Amino acid sequence: MTGSRLPAGGLIDRTKPISFTFEGRALTGYAGDSVASALLANDVRIVGRSFKRHRPRGLLSLGMEEPNAILNVGTGAHAAPNRFATELPLAQGLAVSPTRGWPSSRFDLGGVLDLWPTPLAAGFYYKTFIGPRLPGVRDAWNRLWEPLLRSLAGQGRAPEGVDPDAYDHAHIEVDVAVVGAGLAGLAAAEAALGRGARVALFERDIRPGGRALGRDGDPRIDDAAPLAWAEGAWARIADNPRATAKLRTTAFGLYDGRQLAVYELPVDGPYAGRIWHVRAKEIVIAAGALERPMTFPGNDRPGVMLASAVEAAIRRYGVRPGGQAVVFLNHGDGAGLRQALNAADIEIVAEVGPDETVTGTQGFGRLQSVDIAPLGPDGLPRMDARRRVPADLLATSGGWSPALALHLIQGGRQAWSEADGCFIAAGGGQDGVRLAGAANARFSAAAALADGHGSTAGGAPGPKTTGGDAAPSGQGLPLAPIAAERLKRQAFIDFQHDVTVADIGLAAREGFHAIEHAKRYTTAGMGTDQGRTAQLATAAALAAATGREIGDIGLSGLRPPVTPVPFGALGGWRRGALFAPVRQTPMHRRHEALGAVFEDVGDWKRARYYAAPGEAMAPAVARECRAVRTAVGALDVSTLGKIAVAGPDAAAFLNRVYTNRMDTLAVGACRYGVMLKDDGMVFDDGVVARLGPNRFHVTTTSGGAAAVLNWLEDWRQTEWPDLKVWLASVTEQWAGVAVAGPNAARTLAALAPELDLSDTAFPHLTWRDATAAGLSARIFRVSFSGERGYEINVPWRHGEALWDAVLAAGAIPYGTEAMHVLRAEKGFIVVGHETDGTVTPVDLGLSWLISAKKGDFIGKRALARPALTAPGRKQLVGLEPEDASVVLDEGAQIIATATPRPPEPMLGHVASSYWSSALNRGFALALVKDGRARHGERLFAWSLGVAHAVRVRDPVFYDPKGARLHA
Amino acid sequence: MQDRFSAGRILREALGGNAGWRPWRRNPEPKPRYDVIIVGGGGHGLATAYYLAKLHGIANVAVIEKGWIGGGNAGRNTTIVRSNYLWDESAAIYEHGLKLWEGLSADLNINVMFSQRGVLNLAHTLHDVREGMRRVNANQLNGVDAEWLDAPGVKAFCPLIDISADARWPVLGATLQRRGGTARHDAVVWGYARAADRLGVDIIENAEVTAILRDGQGRFDGVETTRGTIKARTGALVAAGHSSILAAMAGFRLPIESHPLQALVSEPLKRLLDCVVMSNQVHVYVSQSDKGELVMGAGIDAYTSYTQRGALHVIEDQMAAACALFPMFSRVRVMRTWAGIVDVCPDASPIIGATPVPGLYINCGWGTGGFKATPSSGWTLAHTIATGAPHPLNAPFALKRFETGALIDEHGAAAVAH
Ligand SMILES: Cc1cc2nc3c(=O)[nH]c(=O)nc-3n(C[C@H](O)[C@H](O)[C@H](O)COP(=O)(O)OP(=O)(O)OC[C@H]3O[C@@H](n4cnc5c(N)ncnc54)[C@H](O)[C@@H]3O)c2cc1C
Repeated sequence: MTGSRLPAGGLIDRTKPISFTFEGRALTGYAGDSVASALLANDVRIVGRSFKRHRPRGLLSLGMEEPNAILNVGTGAHAAPNRFATELPLAQGLAVSPTRGWPSSRFDLGGVLDLWPTPLAAGFYYKTFIGPRLPGVRDAWNRLWEPLLRSLAGQGRAPEGVDPDAYDHAHIEVDVAVVGAGLAGLAAAEAALGRGARVALFERDIRPGGRALGRDGDPRIDDAAPLAWAEGAWARIADNPRATAKLRTTAFGLYDGRQLAVYELPVDGPYAGRIWHVRAKEIVIAAGALERPMTFPGNDRPGVMLASAVEAAIRRYGVRPGGQAVVFLNHGDGAGLRQALNAADIEIVAEVGPDETVTGTQGFGRLQSVDIAPLGPDGLPRMDARRRVPADLLATSGGWSPALALHLIQGGRQAWSEADGCFIAAGGGQDGVRLAGAANARFSAAAALADGHGSTAGGAPGPKTTGGDAAPSGQGLPLAPIAAERLKRQAFIDFQHDVTVADIGLAAREGFHAIEHAKRYTTAGMGTDQGRTAQLATAAALAAATGREIGDIGLSGLRPPVTPVPFGALGGWRRGALFAPVRQTPMHRRHEALGAVFEDVGDWKRARYYAAPGEAMAPAVARECRAVRTAVGALDVSTLGKIAVAGPDAAAFLNRVYTNRMDTLAVGACRYGVMLKDDGMVFDDGVVARLGPNRFHVTTTSGGAAAVLNWLEDWRQTEWPDLKVWLASVTEQWAGVAVAGPNAARTLAALAPELDLSDTAFPHLTWRDATAAGLSARIFRVSFSGERGYEINVPWRHGEALWDAVLAAGAIPYGTEAMHVLRAEKGFIVVGHETDGTVTPVDLGLSWLISAKKGDFIGKRALARPALTAPGRKQLVGLEPEDASVVLDEGAQIIATATPRPPEPMLGHVASSYWSSALNRGFALALVKDGRARHGERLFAWSLGVAHAVRVRDPVFYDPKGARLHA
Repeated sequence: MQDRFSAGRILREALGGNAGWRPWRRNPEPKPRYDVIIVGGGGHGLATAYYLAKLHGIANVAVIEKGWIGGGNAGRNTTIVRSNYLWDESAAIYEHGLKLWEGLSADLNINVMFSQRGVLNLAHTLHDVREGMRRVNANQLNGVDAEWLDAPGVKAFCPLIDISADARWPVLGATLQRRGGTARHDAVVWGYARAADRLGVDIIENAEVTAILRDGQGRFDGVETTRGTIKARTGALVAAGHSSILAAMAGFRLPIESHPLQALVSEPLKRLLDCVVMSNQVHVYVSQSDKGELVMGAGIDAYTSYTQRGALHVIEDQMAAACALFPMFSRVRVMRTWAGIVDVCPDASPIIGATPVPGLYINCGWGTGGFKATPSSGWTLAHTIATGAPHPLNAPFALKRFETGALIDEHGAAAVAH
């Protein structure tokens, strides 16, 4: 292999070469590489273009903080946009390309935007494209500028088609959850296991060890090299039956109740994954620290890398990231870096001392030289005394910041620590959540181990360290002194979004002094890298620009997820058929066989009508209606919501829930009722049957069953806990078939010969237990069609047998559409058609359902309020289109004229509208202002520009006397 | 003195290295006394101050904000703007707002990026179709632009939507308001603040109101804040999710529940979705920001809370729904989630007008959907404060309606939070 791979060393497996492509170029790396390290090994220096100015960018880091190397992975449905090269283990055949740059990342036409960046400074788009003043273009923003900006913006390309991967959700409860398997996290996990705790340990990387992975020169731990110790500790933990230890698994959120959200990816592949919902008594955040790049002019040139990334390239990946290096640190912890550079035979051409700074870099697409200048007495660089040194690598470190993200997103606070040179946690988090190690500003190996171990007190003594112990000492703000405005424009704070020191200065000049305002105005820290390398620099630059202390400015807030998580992973198994599982009745197969066309009602599929081969909807519905009106029909009513209400106070409870009395209901009888919300509006309706003195069977609408049960439980549990009553959903205990029509009794008699069906023995609105079709059944004599009707209920599993028997006895199947026609002909309401949350029972002509004789019920007080009794309310009426052949649109508005002039006063709307074969005309139910006083009036139903004259009438179109109930 | 924004000005300043830009607004010390105090530096409070100064000549006004302006819901919402509400009262006030939106950039001299890309409300069930048609018809008769699209029409307008009949919730049609869209929330906040400041309004940040002062007659007399006492004979509470807390300080109660409402953005993607898509049945509302992020809101967190944090399962529900409607989003990643505290009224309509405390007005209850109303909310409240009587546009939205029962139930229009 050519490129920059060192002849030996690193945690890669040189016996396992892996081929992959970058922008179509075939490249090779090794097992153990990340895509980023493999690119570096192949001498790929430009890994992408920046968002705004399309500047060529290289790898700044080799870790999760990477702002530049954002790739599209794969194509088609397998595409994964915006993946970080540093977080992708190299895999055979992987095809990656940068998300920005056209035609390529090396030659990007968008680069013209960088020729004169000044007009594109922070917030420029707020200040232009304002007026519609562009000659010849009306509404220039909407038609021209925004579409143009939108086409220029964006990063990765969205995949196409359905995600081929599946994502799992798992739940785990432990005593101690530890985030991070660096030295502190390993020590914490081992200590907790030593105390007998159940432990979960999550590590983002594909290997344990944290900082030890790419570093040398730390002390020996329990007489082993740090990495060897870490691997040993990991093995001990992973082997412990009380422990769950996961690699490539990132804690991305911390929620109330110590719920840790963790995303696990396969160690050996880029895709799919599992979300862990972790509940822990104690949580140890040992997520380490993040290195900060120094901010100086030219700091975004490919070849400028974080010192830790240079170390990791050499030590972990066996890659030589350059030949001649400049070292620019703002703290005293450079020994490890120097050793690594020496080991890789990289010449240190210059070290920028404490009284010097970098004032610029040169080279197209790759660093060639670095300008270094001494600082003058005013603290600014003396440009006249600067020298230029040739270098293709600049290793920079502006110190380290504890990884506080998890602490902050759970509500924790932070404060500036002058001693540590970083923001540290300052309380405010949940009880039982602790930070440890570098995350707790314990930067040396010995201190981190002790902190990790001690954070779970008790048990055996912690790991012992021997030898030197380095830590960044005296680290200051990661902001180099910069002389001129022009240089500030080239000193990048947010690499992904091209935010410079000049942009922060501009924001400050324009009054955006709050960190959150400056961030939003400049977009610093709002990229996919979550501003990990930008946050502190933004605050430092704002402090400098406004002459304030950084501690008074603070860092901008952090929000979950700590690292991006795919939509599909968060959705988990609730995809495809499992998203909103379809509910089917036990007769579903029969409906299918009968040619049913289904409609969605709640989660249910209900047969809307049964089309014979070649039969259209209208004739099918007409046929079904005729069957019910002239013979007998069968409707699957299994979907009706059913609630068992039991207990000594069951009757009292129902009395408070329905508008009418339920306590007077006799055992064996049933009664129609409506329930109201507390605002007096109809919420649901159904039939209540009394099964015994303390037992009721309540039915609800099919779609409303769950909402009604929740509502009842809410009242039962929170308002009336004194009532002795229990509720249970029995919807799926009972399958039901409604048998309706003049021949209904004959049909039922054939099924239940021993049942006396006479009006005296089994009157309307009663129920009986009986054997029907050999099944033990509960039969309600109720009618929703106006015809004599029975609803036969049998245990759910017998639904199909019942259906077959009813059809065998001669009933014609009918669907929900015919059901609607039949009930509307009778003027019966359906919740959701004739009600919309603003309709009272009085509006519906159901005043007779409101009992004046009983005590309080939900909505009673509201019904007495002036607006609910005032004239002008919309009331239920029937409508007959003057042209009998017209079927009005449901949702048509009722107006007084055929030629409306907006704003045209609306009198009401069409709630239900059908063709009636019994009446041989179109008809409708509507809610119309003062409708009951308008019977006979001529109005217009207006829909999508068409007005139809209608005559207002009583809502009962068919059999107003109800004689057919007893036919 | 403020700068006037324009393309020419940008080029001129660029030649000078951008050194000449001046602050967008002053950072004044609070005066001891104002004519009017507005509590809450969100969009609604700032708009109120702006219209008071601009249209009613009342400029001796303080907007008092406990944190930084726009740090509440104004800067946390999913920025959907539309006016296709069902009832006359709502249509009137939201449509008045939409008209103001259409001239807002020019009026405020800042690009608020009001993007009239069209808002689709998908219908997946016969019930949705009925309600959608009803709303389109009502909108048209109210003079609000609205269209009904059948399924192929939906596909033509937004090719990303799957209209196949075997989808779990097949798309049967949609309502479309072409004049609806999105706007840049921060620009709206900063724009109103800048314009109000220009007219003399003092915007006082980092001043939390801790008590409401009343004189011997019980009339509003000022506020106690963490930056001292500030007096005024007229006040308005415009504090969204914290309205109940302020009302309690003033001695009255509100029919409001405060819930967290979460939203999220994905990582930026290349342009793929050119309109706003909303679905009540699947519970999704999504648009793509100019930067390329998919912007989505969740349902409200069920528990009441004043922390600006929500629960994970709500986000998970949201993502499952998003992938159900747009399967190709599955591999796209969530970049950020956050929550605001929304002030939910029982009828999903706002409260704008007088309170039981003389001299004190309130504007709240916009819940999950008040961003779109920012201009008209401020406009009507300013009118009410200036004249002492509500404008016909906001008269129906009086607090009194919870006594009379004259509710304006917009649950249908607000079935998903937006
Ligand atoms: C996630 C989310 C998504 C949304 N999506 C949409 C949408 O798509 N479309 C839409 O139209 N609407 C949407 N909304 C609703 C919309 O954001 C709000 O209705 C609207 O912003 C509220 O008005 P405001 O801007 O004045 O509120 P806010 O910005 O919340 O202003 C209230 C201000 O009062 C301040 N305050 C509170 N207490 C005090 C005190 N004691 N002293 C001083 N100041 C105080 C707060 O700090 C805050 O700044 C959404 C809301 C959220 C949370």
